[in-house]
Amino acid sequence: MREITLSQAVNEAIAEEMRRDETVFLMGEDVAEAGTPFKITSGLVEEFGTSRVIDTPISEPGFVGLAVGAAMTGTRPLVDLMFGDFLFLVMDQLCNQAAKTHYMSGGKLKVPMVLRTNLGATRRSAAQHSQSLHALVAHIPGLRVALPSSAYEAKGLLKTAIRDDNPVVIFEDKLMYQDKAPVPEEEYLLPFGQANILREGRDVTLIGTSSMVQVCLKAAGLLEAQGISAEVIDPRTIVPLDEATILDSVRKTSRAVVVDEGHRSYGVTAEIAARISEKAFYHLDAPVLRFGAMDVPVPFSPALEDLTVATPDQVAEAAARLCRGEMFHAA
Amino acid sequence: MAKAKTNTDDYLRMYRQMVRIRAFEDQANQLYLSAKMPGLTHMYSGQEAVAVGICEALTPQDHITSTHRGHGHCVAKGAEFKPMFCELLGKAEGYCRGKGGSMHIADQSNGNLGANAIVGGSMGIATGAALSHKMLGDGQVTVCFFGDGATAQGLWYEVMNMAALWKLPVIYACENNGYSEYTRTEEIAAGSITARAEAFGIESFSIDGQDVLAVNRLAQDLVARCRKGEGPFFIELKTYRYHGHHVGDINRDYYRSKEEEAEWKKSRDPITGFGTWLQSEGIVSSDDLVAINDEVRADAEAAVKYALDSAYPDGSEVDMHVYSDTEHALA
Repeated sequence: MREITLSQAVNEAIAEEMRRDETVFLMGEDVAEAGTPFKITSGLVEEFGTSRVIDTPISEPGFVGLAVGAAMTGTRPLVDLMFGDFLFLVMDQLCNQAAKTHYMSGGKLKVPMVLRTNLGATRRSAAQHSQSLHALVAHIPGLRVALPSSAYEAKGLLKTAIRDDNPVVIFEDKLMYQDKAPVPEEEYLLPFGQANILREGRDVTLIGTSSMVQVCLKAAGLLEAQGISAEVIDPRTIVPLDEATILDSVRKTSRAVVVDEGHRSYGVTAEIAARISEKAFYHLDAPVLRFGAMDVPVPFSPALEDLTVATPDQVAEAAARLCRGEMFHAA
Repeated sequence: MAKAKTNTDDYLRMYRQMVRIRAFEDQANQLYLSAKMPGLTHMYSGQEAVAVGICEALTPQDHITSTHRGHGHCVAKGAEFKPMFCELLGKAEGYCRGKGGSMHIADQSNGNLGANAIVGGSMGIATGAALSHKMLGDGQVTVCFFGDGATAQGLWYEVMNMAALWKLPVIYACENNGYSEYTRTEEIAAGSITARAEAFGIESFSIDGQDVLAVNRLAQDLVARCRKGEGPFFIELKTYRYHGHHVGDINRDYYRSKEEEAEWKKSRDPITGFGTWLQSEGIVSSDDLVAINDEVRADAEAAVKYALDSAYPDGSEVDMHVYSDTEHALA
């Protein structure tokens, strides 16, 4: 199978959906001729024109607000939010307006919009261009949240997001845009709420999101060398969350480590660990461990920034200690 | 300039619609004072000529966005009393099945995209609806109602910029009732409000919002020009809020005198003024007007009784309408 980058996969997904449905349009800062700073949308304006690939002013609340209204009235906007950190600028439009409109109208109004943005540290961009803020929006009922972990996942999940009649926020890891993966030529979609088991195992379940899936896979390789069999699960979407696949795995392995790049406190790892503890407690042989981004603003210096994100070694070491039955308090 | 509605039926409908708004608000106020209504509500009384003058220039398919003070827009855009009172009381037959209440009330089937409890929160939605209609080429116009207080929100400047750049068919209708919640507007608004829209190259108007014919004449003209692609436009409508910021804002001498309120009601009331004009033109007699008032008030009383007697939504509805494709979000 051919291999393409995550960036190319996203571009293909947008182009295919815009060809399929003429009400789909793209808007955001520098999405047309510039193709975004990451060159993800390059070429789309040539095919679809400036009426469907719309460069906006640097007005994040404004153009997200426009997307909400457009989605309510017959078109399907795909909004490019250049950095996930800018979510803080658009929270009213996304969380007070888009997320609640269907509910507050008693089901009469729909908001089929997609907000595409990114997450991920270690790009040496400091604290306002490096955050992983998906837990913030996952906290708000009415929004769906997808976290693709590869080029294949990014294409399939984005196409599903664009066809969803609810507001969806999809986060790509900005460090993975040039990472290649096998992506079929023929069309496919990946359904929301169905986790992917990337590797089967017996001794411990590693649950990772976005780029942390790669961390978990590498950790599983390190564990295998120690004779420990790790299962690796990618939830794909955290809203809806495929709780059943996670719980089935943990009931089998009796141990779990959850890895996500959002801040460790009050985040995705806490939610998943809590559900495991509530619903599979009597199957557990060890506490559920969590790795998230360190609870500090992301620092600029490489010497500091690299300390803030979980590594395969850390995850493997923690999982190995769980399997050895050692008393453990995660850092 | 296009003419205002000029035949007797149109005049009488405008008069009746203003009376319907006043009657609705009087009943809503009584529901609050008699502790029969959950929560609070914001009265539109005094501003009727704005909603009616503008909505009478629109088709049912044209969109509006409304505000926390939204009952008047809802009635003027074609809503019925029974589902409106049901919504106010949180009943299952409300327009939003009791999930929105006063601050989110809307008859969506008549083009109302919703009242909004965030001041200025619907400015993006209205502008996005206009973007949608421009893309779809359906000739529909969107009116964005908001108050003078909302002119202090940054979102307005972002969306006006885009509306002007892209020549969107949207009319920003600022109902300047002189008070931003509990503060005189002149204390919170520097310079001129119309100049703010003019800065974006948006043709702007400032008119007497108590004169329903003047409002309707201007609205018809601007709606027709929007349909021809000459939008956006801005209108400041000078009007007055008879009640406090909300129904519980009763002792308000500290920001507004009783004399000022009495003077507006005595000499600037939009319903009395239009009724006097209708009689002076020989269109109706005073008996005709009394009959309209009596009939509308009887309708409102009957609708209140209906709503008081109607059922609350079943508890099972609490997790319905969170997502459009999931009957029960928590099932």
